[in-house]
Amino acid sequence: MNFLTDPLNFIIGYIRGWLLGLGVPSSWAQFILFVIGAGILATVPMLITLGLIWAERKILGRIQDRLGPNRVGPWGMFQTMADMIKIFTKELITPENADRIPYNLAPILSVAGVLALWAVIPFGISILGVNLNVGILYLIAVGGFGTLGFMLAGWGSNNKYALLGAFRAIAQLISYEVPMALSLLIPVMFTGSLGMADIVAAQDVWFIVLSPVAALIFFIATIAEVGRSPFDLLEADSELVSGFNIEYSGLKFGMFYVADFLHAFTVALLFSTIFLGGWRGPLAAQYPWLGFVYLLIKTVIVWFLSILIRGSMPRIRIDQMMFFNWKILTPLSLGLLVTTALVDKAIPAPQTALRAISMLILNGLLLLITNFIWRAVSAQKERPVVAAQPYGGQKTGIKKVSS
Amino acid sequence: MLSDWLYIGIFLFIALLLPAVAIGLAAILSPRKPNKIKNITYECGLETVGETWVQFKAQYYIFALIFLIFDVETVFLFPWAVAYQKVTIFGVIEAIIFVAILLAALVYAWRKGALEWF
Repeated sequence: MNFLTDPLNFIIGYIRGWLLGLGVPSSWAQFILFVIGAGILATVPMLITLGLIWAERKILGRIQDRLGPNRVGPWGMFQTMADMIKIFTKELITPENADRIPYNLAPILSVAGVLALWAVIPFGISILGVNLNVGILYLIAVGGFGTLGFMLAGWGSNNKYALLGAFRAIAQLISYEVPMALSLLIPVMFTGSLGMADIVAAQDVWFIVLSPVAALIFFIATIAEVGRSPFDLLEADSELVSGFNIEYSGLKFGMFYVADFLHAFTVALLFSTIFLGGWRGPLAAQYPWLGFVYLLIKTVIVWFLSILIRGSMPRIRIDQMMFFNWKILTPLSLGLLVTTALVDKAIPAPQTALRAISMLILNGLLLLITNFIWRAVSAQKERPVVAAQPYGGQKTGIKKVSS
Repeated sequence: MLSDWLYIGIFLFIALLLPAVAIGLAAILSPRKPNKIKNITYECGLETVGETWVQFKAQYYIFALIFLIFDVETVFLFPWAVAYQKVTIFGVIEAIIFVAILLAALVYAWRKGALEWF
């Protein structure tokens, strides 16, 4: 094993050899390595978040024709550091009627729920926490931690705004979990395994080529799961004055923001792992660190796209959010699942080009049908329109106009 | 196999520990000057009226029920998806029947107006 081709495993092998040389039993050496590895893998995302917050504020600033942070350090780079030092020394105010245990547990759970996702992501052929054999199920299960955090925050704060925000958060997060889980079934079907490393290894053709609609559904559902614009009605600043986190201050409030920014990056990481081939690329199998670079590039592109959407979309109403999830995304993902299963069985696997083309046609057809149904459903809705007064004397009438 | 779960256990423990330690550190560093006005519930400057844990809209409950149906369905579909490469066309048709029953449930809920938000 060479340091240049695989630095991580070289270091791991070196430490293991050193520990065994000290007379540590091999099972304990493994345990110590696990603790070190998990410690590093959990700490690095927290540190990356500092950079992510700066980058996102800068990009959002540019989108909104502002400069963004530009005072502390070159291009405002140390703004987040300054914010962090400030927020560490802020008073932690607990409202008097708060339910203490859920109130204090909520920020911890929402960060932990995001961090825990990193345990199963393969960053390179040999750089990964663990290739869990139920990886995808683990992702969905651990994703529920964040929802629990929102619920505890809203319930424990003893504040009506917080409670309303939490209601909306739960309604949105659990609803969008359905199309997300259903769209994840398709990569699992193509792979025949739930392990994340197996899913990456199976992507000789990227799954976004084989099933673009599944990728689209997953992308939309993850934006809703993060609670970013246009699905930001769980913290709707203009009506709920920030929703579930209104009663938090100091670092407890900061933790919700760390979770939010990190979650946005993590779902981009998941998207590029599951649909964009993960670490795969030229020479990535020989040089694992090169695979890591490929994954990083793909992730940053997806993440940038999600920020562009955040910066350019208005907030949707709660009935539109529910309509879009239950009447568009869920039937579409169920239909996609059924038709993909049929078409993929009809075509023998080795014919890659034929498979890709027929999948593409199938996906295009499904999108067309969805568009047709969408138009048909929204045409049924009739809403009263207050007619303008054409002449001075006439009274304003209300007439039904189909839109 | 078991060592995988050991790793997940260690990782979850560290993931819970990191924010807890950070908040604990902040609690030590930060000043503590509570007073009556500061600690009351913040509702845009108005005094809070009545019970906070209010009754909520029944729609949330209906959507929770529908979510439960579909989430359990997804859990049933995951083992099928893992075995998909090995099953014959009959396995696929059985899964389609399973999905069709649930789709009928969705259509029923739709027609009943359970998917509307009033």
